[in-house]
Amino acid sequence: MIDFEPSDDQALIIETVHQFAENEIRPLARDCDEAGAIPHEVLATAHELGLVANSLPESYGGGGEPNAVTSCLIAEELAWGNLAIAVGILSPTLLGAPIAAFGTQDQRDAILPKLCGTDYVSGSIAVTEPDFDFDVYRPRTSAKRDGDVYILTGTKCQVPEPASELPFLVTAVVDDTLQGFLVDPDAPGLTRTPESNLGMRGLRTEEIVFDSVRVGEADRLGGEAGADMRSIITRGRVAMAAMAVGVARAAFEISIDYAKQRETFGAPIATRQSIAFKLADMAIEIDGIRLLTWEAAWRLDHGLDAAREATLAYQQAKQVALIVADGAVQVLGGHGYIRDYLPEMHLRDASGFASFEALSLV
Amino acid sequence: MAISFNATQNSEIAMAFYNKIALEQMRPLSRKYDDLEGELPSEWVDWWWETGRKGAPGKLDGESDGFIQVCMQAEELCFGDAALYLRMPTSALGGSAVGAAGTAEQKTRFLKPFNAEGGHPIWGAMAITEAQAGSDASAIETTATFDEASDEWILNGQKIFCTAGKGASTAEGGFTVVWATLDKAAGRAGIKSFVVPANTPGMTLVGCEKKLGIRASDTATLHFDDCRVPRDHLLGSAEVKRKDKKPGGDKGFKGVLATFDASRPIVAAMAVGVGRAALEYTIEALAERGVEIRYDAPAAKLTALERDLMEMEAELQAARLLTWRAASLISRRQPNNLEASMAKAKAGLAVTRITQKAVALMGPEGFSKKLLLEKWMRDAKINDIYEGTQQINQLIVARRILNYPSSMLR
Repeated sequence: MIDFEPSDDQALIIETVHQFAENEIRPLARDCDEAGAIPHEVLATAHELGLVANSLPESYGGGGEPNAVTSCLIAEELAWGNLAIAVGILSPTLLGAPIAAFGTQDQRDAILPKLCGTDYVSGSIAVTEPDFDFDVYRPRTSAKRDGDVYILTGTKCQVPEPASELPFLVTAVVDDTLQGFLVDPDAPGLTRTPESNLGMRGLRTEEIVFDSVRVGEADRLGGEAGADMRSIITRGRVAMAAMAVGVARAAFEISIDYAKQRETFGAPIATRQSIAFKLADMAIEIDGIRLLTWEAAWRLDHGLDAAREATLAYQQAKQVALIVADGAVQVLGGHGYIRDYLPEMHLRDASGFASFEALSLV
Repeated sequence: MAISFNATQNSEIAMAFYNKIALEQMRPLSRKYDDLEGELPSEWVDWWWETGRKGAPGKLDGESDGFIQVCMQAEELCFGDAALYLRMPTSALGGSAVGAAGTAEQKTRFLKPFNAEGGHPIWGAMAITEAQAGSDASAIETTATFDEASDEWILNGQKIFCTAGKGASTAEGGFTVVWATLDKAAGRAGIKSFVVPANTPGMTLVGCEKKLGIRASDTATLHFDDCRVPRDHLLGSAEVKRKDKKPGGDKGFKGVLATFDASRPIVAAMAVGVGRAALEYTIEALAERGVEIRYDAPAAKLTALERDLMEMEAELQAARLLTWRAASLISRRQPNNLEASMAKAKAGLAVTRITQKAVALMGPEGFSKKLLLEKWMRDAKINDIYEGTQQINQLIVARRILNYPSSMLR
């Protein structure tokens, strides 16, 4: 039966995560953006709440079976608080979800307990490459078999929260198929350079150059069998779409509040159709991308092919997030342009969805 | 309850039934009756009356998608042909009005003929719009006065843009629900609706419009000159509640407007049907010529054609899901005024753009009457106008999200 109402459990999760986003994340949004870092406390608190490991296996201390729809609900609320902090909080999933899905027993045993432990430990995935025509399914980074090791060569960028005691997951082409490799951050031949980006500035990111980095057989995700990395990308697109909904909603809500309070010629600007209709369009588009995202997530949860739906939802969502954030800056006018208000940050953050297209956070 | 996109078996069966009708009964007549603007599409009307309406799949045991299934039916039939859908011999919007505001006895009396065995095709219609009163229905000037002596209502005025108005006013057994004011000074509170049976003396069919699209649909002008109907043809109460007496005092009018909350998702679904016809055709025609949409290609490598088609697909699906959401609230008996207007605004505009783009993408073929694309483009546009224009629906959405009364945002 077709239905759009979250279950009672989901409603409770939305409420809890929203409160967390409102009370713990949003107040830090501006400072994180200015400082280029996320305070460890908020990550630790989120970890204690179980937000981080919610989709990791119960046997390792996680929340249980991954449910993409529920994860989308969580991602939207967190991103509503702040996109950079949301990605930071969920970053252990970037590593944990692919390992839970495709990892060998050794890989699971080595990594999942740490991600589900008492302390927050970041995880990361190196997907994006610094090319305008970067193809997430066919990256230029390659892994060539050489005896019992793989030689990894290429350049990745915008690798989120990479500083960790854990290896990060790197996508690379092996014999024409997309695979993942668990690479030690200190491996020889690997050069890491911190980046500075337009948006999501709270999130630390790095460019990582792999110059013939040797990776052991046992560190290929899924071992000899490999992994279905395309499904990871599909999940990533759904996650990014859900986060785009959150960013757009945040900018929209600020626009509503501002338009009702700001007066021109003796009346709030929200009483003018030019503003009111823009706000109406924002509301319609945001709900539209949310439903597209839920549909893609629901297909994932039901084992249906979701690549097309995820792509359409993601493309639509990143476009709507940008339009809505830009609209919010416009509604606030001069106040939208100054950094005392958040919409200018939402606009910069929303630009990031074009780049962070496949962070598998759900 | 949980978020789910799994259509029930009931819906699947109904969709297959209506899809077959769309492709086998409607499409072959699309061009003919678009060209023969206004003429009765008798093959279709007679087939529906004698065969189609009796074959509709009954409800199976098990779960139902409720009002979403109603939307799916409208989508499938408009995927066939939106104009022929509007010309179907059914009680249509007139029936919705009777269903929403009529007594049990009125429902039986006025709606039963639509389910009668045999006979000839009949129609129901709703006459609201006037030359000076469209979305601002409170500006209605058609009057209704009660004549104590004969125990009748007397209607005077003129209605335009009445869908199915020709059939409803002339085919014996059908009826038109006419909105009229009992007291102009009372504003919206004075507006009531009346069931006027076909061929009632005093009601004249002035003519039908010539239109951009939905040409097979009879869009009538009806004139009322001392048109008398019995007292019990009034839907709802005759009492005029002045709004200055107490807040919410014009519930009568709000009740009338509430029918839009149910009809807007249907119109949105109709729009989606037309848009789907154009988009599916375009994707298939281009696929035959080697254009394949690569959903996994990087943005920088997509062709303009692929990008357009993907955006059209996403827009259509967003419109469909917003429509189903508005419909699901009806099934839950929850307010859906906001969601209904969101769906209507989105679907009307999305489908207008999708069909225009489809014509453009197909180039000279799209522009030619050899294909139905140009017709679908013309048919689509009405969805952004009737049952509340794009702008009226934006206004409703804006008032809701801002929590403003209509006095603060006009």
